[in-house]
Amino acid sequence: MRILIIGGGMGGTILGNNLARRLKGELKAGKAKITMLSASDQHMYQPGLLYVAVGQMTPDQLYRDQRGLLEPGIDFEVDPVEEFDLDNNRVKTKAGKTHEYDILAIATGSRIVPEAIPGLAENAEFFYTEESAVKMFKRLREFEGGKVVITVGVPHKCPMAPLEITFMLNDYFKDRGIRDKVQLHYTYPIGRTHSLENVAKWATPEFERLGITYETLFNMKEVDGKNKVLKSEEGTETNYDLLIAIPAHKGMEVIEKNNLGQSGWIPTDRHRLNMEGRDNVFVLGDTTNLPISKAGSTAHFEAEAIAENIASIVKIGVPVRDYDGKVFCFIEAGKDRATYAMFNYQNPPDPKPPTKAVHWFKMAYNQLYWASARGLL
Amino acid sequence: MSDEPKVIDARNTFCPGPLMELIAQMKQAEVGEEMELLSTDKGSAEDVPEWINKVGHEVISNEEKDGVWRIRVRKLK
Repeated sequence: MRILIIGGGMGGTILGNNLARRLKGELKAGKAKITMLSASDQHMYQPGLLYVAVGQMTPDQLYRDQRGLLEPGIDFEVDPVEEFDLDNNRVKTKAGKTHEYDILAIATGSRIVPEAIPGLAENAEFFYTEESAVKMFKRLREFEGGKVVITVGVPHKCPMAPLEITFMLNDYFKDRGIRDKVQLHYTYPIGRTHSLENVAKWATPEFERLGITYETLFNMKEVDGKNKVLKSEEGTETNYDLLIAIPAHKGMEVIEKNNLGQSGWIPTDRHRLNMEGRDNVFVLGDTTNLPISKAGSTAHFEAEAIAENIASIVKIGVPVRDYDGKVFCFIEAGKDRATYAMFNYQNPPDPKPPTKAVHWFKMAYNQLYWASARGLL
Repeated sequence: MSDEPKVIDARNTFCPGPLMELIAQMKQAEVGEEMELLSTDKGSAEDVPEWINKVGHEVISNEEKDGVWRIRVRKLK
């Protein structure tokens, strides 16, 4: 059985390692083969970019050598896929190599598209890439006061990031002794401060307590950089001195180019996690079109379900497990307090008041992640 | 436009939630295109029309059956 994993991010890596352990005997006996194709030989801990943006981590702390994270039984190649031929169970890579498979897993992830909003890329700061997170921190260091607007595009990766960066900026400016010179203004696309109702019920009074102003039902339309004005689809506008954006995301271009899904999101069965109409193609992480959080934990829990199912297909011919929609998100509530939200398809989250203990657990998880990626945690 | 609207099945999902899903889909829709949002969140019956009206699109129908709201909308601009 030839298993081909496309993508070496959080989802692909956890899937590969989990699967390699489950199929140890089959790999040794030559009855199964796992190949991973990725665009990079480096693995980035993407949630760490939030900390880079406020000077709490440096970029070098976010990377590990991808090959070193993988179980020895996995064949790893840095050679991204350019063509998917799903009817004939094969893909073609940038280097021109063809890989045939019996089971395919697609975990190519997502990317920001600030260029979708006129003026945004030129005038806003982001923290979804290493370069932009470092640039944002340098802007923050130079900022001496004025109105900081945090604005949110749809869809976006990491649903807690808008709140987290807002609370962390509150503490950042407080520590610099200029919080009284900074107005923090938060905008959000729907009619409350967060998509999760219980999270919004906690965040809104926190905003009021901390003097953070907010406007809901605000979807970015364009940025007038000359006059420093952000305009919304809803017909309102807000001025800014420093604009911080969580840009809208799309799936990867290769998915769109191969017509696997609109905007790069592949239609996926919410329980089985196979591509609609393709029993031997699984999709995980940001790449799915599922109406659930695009978050590392989503990719993690999906990877575990898919690994169990691919292993059972190899061993007994059928999958055994349904994904229940499980997501777990830490929520940083400032520089030293945090809470979390855990939910699935049936049960909404019920976040508790933030504590220092949860923040320090999140700090620990920033290091434990590498055990997670190896499929050990 | 087609009589068959694109269906956005956001039943039993909490985050990003039905309205956020609809906003994302509306962005990539053509002007005149219809969509039907399925939601098990009773809040959708109010917050979806509120957003649609504020932006200037059209709510065609808004019905509930067996705990599922079916909200049909049209992109106008």
